[in-house]
Amino acid sequence: MTTDAPRTLFDKVWDSHVVERLPDGTCILYIDRHLVHEVTSPQAFEGLRMAGRRVRRPDATVAVADHNVPTEARDRPIEEPESRLQVATLEENVHAFGVPYIPVRDVRQGIVHVIGPELGISLPGTTIVCGDSHTSTHGALGALAFGIGTSEVEHVLATQTLLQKPAKNMLVRVDGRLPAGTTAKDMVLAIIGRIGTAGGTGHVIEYAGEAVRALDMAGRLTVCNMSIEAGARAGMIAPDETTFAYLRGRPHAPQGQAFQEAVAWWRTLPSDPGAHYDRTVVLDAAEIAPMVTWGTSPEAVVPITGSVPDPEAAPDEAQRAQMRRMLDYMDLRPGQRMQDVAVDVVFIGSCTNSRIEDLRAAADVVRGRRVADGVRAMVVPGSGLVKQAAEQEGLDRIFREAGFEWREAGCSMCLGMNPDKLKPGQRCASTSNRNFEGRQGPGGRTHLLSPAMAAAAAVTGRLSDVREIAGREMA
Amino acid sequence: MDKFTTLTAVAAPLPLANVDTDKIIPARFLKTIKRSGLGVHLFDTLRYDADGAERPDFVLNREPYRGAQILIAHENFGCGSSREHAPWALLDFGIRCVIAPDFADIFYNNCFKNGILPVRLPRDVCDALMGDAALGGNARLTVDLQRQVVVRPNGEEIGFEIDPFRRHSLLEGLDDIGQTLAHAASIDGYEAARAKARPWLPAIDAV
Repeated sequence: MTTDAPRTLFDKVWDSHVVERLPDGTCILYIDRHLVHEVTSPQAFEGLRMAGRRVRRPDATVAVADHNVPTEARDRPIEEPESRLQVATLEENVHAFGVPYIPVRDVRQGIVHVIGPELGISLPGTTIVCGDSHTSTHGALGALAFGIGTSEVEHVLATQTLLQKPAKNMLVRVDGRLPAGTTAKDMVLAIIGRIGTAGGTGHVIEYAGEAVRALDMAGRLTVCNMSIEAGARAGMIAPDETTFAYLRGRPHAPQGQAFQEAVAWWRTLPSDPGAHYDRTVVLDAAEIAPMVTWGTSPEAVVPITGSVPDPEAAPDEAQRAQMRRMLDYMDLRPGQRMQDVAVDVVFIGSCTNSRIEDLRAAADVVRGRRVADGVRAMVVPGSGLVKQAAEQEGLDRIFREAGFEWREAGCSMCLGMNPDKLKPGQRCASTSNRNFEGRQGPGGRTHLLSPAMAAAAAVTGRLSDVREIAGREMA
Repeated sequence: MDKFTTLTAVAAPLPLANVDTDKIIPARFLKTIKRSGLGVHLFDTLRYDADGAERPDFVLNREPYRGAQILIAHENFGCGSSREHAPWALLDFGIRCVIAPDFADIFYNNCFKNGILPVRLPRDVCDALMGDAALGGNARLTVDLQRQVVVRPNGEEIGFEIDPFRRHSLLEGLDDIGQTLAHAASIDGYEAARAKARPWLPAIDAV
């Protein structure tokens, strides 16, 4: 559909993927890329089998196992029988339906949202789906990328489309520059703190402004990753020179002349001047500090210099009850300084923060220091390629010498589907995306923060302001 | 998929906001390759203590709510992951309708694919319905999708909005894939046009 009215980035990608608009406004939306993993796909393939259907476009589909895979001893079969069955089922399905698959022992295996961009499978202006809410990550490249349930996984496998209605447009503009010691993770936590976990419901968020433009691709992926924690259907960032430079030469990106043609089209994608947004939120980057969550919802977040809020100060009884429940679960007191909170575990990983740039930022803090006594600290690279790159740079040595565990790629302790879990009552400084009750293991307590802040917590044994760690060079 | 037309049933009040999908069904129960059998793990940490014993104060562990087919909750129900195991667990327990002020998008969408009706009603209405639900087994609610009303035990009718396409699919128990495949010619046409318009987009032949 072509129109003269100014359009947003989302509008343009949406319009270019509408196969057919049905009379009530529901659209058949074409899907360019479908990423498949072991947890949300078995029932979808089973559905195809029962209906005698095939995968319409195996050449637009890629499968990988990431949620269940152990992060050690990859040379042995998976011990846990149900996890082993789920991975084996994926392998049977990709074989039966002819879907390209990255095996568990392949160096390119990793978290689906890390490997999509890394391999150049995720491209600007494309539609990308996966049976995983953090599919919003890929929007950092200027794609329309969103998570779907298993019924929709089956729908895409069978038809290469989805039935959708357009979302509303929301602009989140972050002006100015992030201060030293703050990162993309702090930016997105600050955004969620501002608009709330339902603030983006029904919307696609476009992130813009000087501070967003200044982010490297890893930072942009982190911001878009947590769009779902703001309730948004997707997050997007207009493609620019940073995007093109990132994609050039990646194995599944267009090559040579085709890349130039692609870039020419990608340059038409940024929102037109005067495009309409249903809602606009503006933040000043200069006011963003290193952030840490105190509760069991990502919106329950404060600067590291802050304190645990007092439920009695909340405006209504329902909110007071909710906050009391969070503090009870987290074993925190109103007014307690965040920097006085001791941690048992530090987890650096997840589709939010496990890229090479994240590991470098953490290693910068860890270098020459030791993990505090009694703290278990682990690094789980986002992919085999990230792990390999880190080892070539010697980052693994920095982590190991400091007392960190250095592991194989996967989702790991972000959601504890593999053996990496918190024990009941353990408190974790985590670079992941959700601090829900029991998310990292039953009874576990999660504080979300950036990789540099997680590293600071590892070496001090408590939540700490990375800006105050002596000797740290703040770029 | 089972049709949804009219349901008269016990409703369970769950006066919590931001009930996330980890709370509905924790990740450790996602290792199944089936859709069925998840009801026993619905709301696992709210429903059972660390030893696996039922928490007597949790609503679904009390009569008459063990047989509830309607659930009433507060804002942002179903936030978090895209796991369809959340509606599967609700359905397996017997829940066919969830009423809340609003829902997270993916969960809301997933409900319709499984014959569950999510109903959006204002917070004060949800609170009033929770009051009705608290009266117990004789205070059943009726949810009439045909007429788009919730009927309170006192006979008061409360209208709700729903997308006409989704309403039709639920009323008829229609399979989305079958409906989309009726447009296969359009999809073929789109693919041919895309190959011309964006010839640079690579096929993923092998990885």
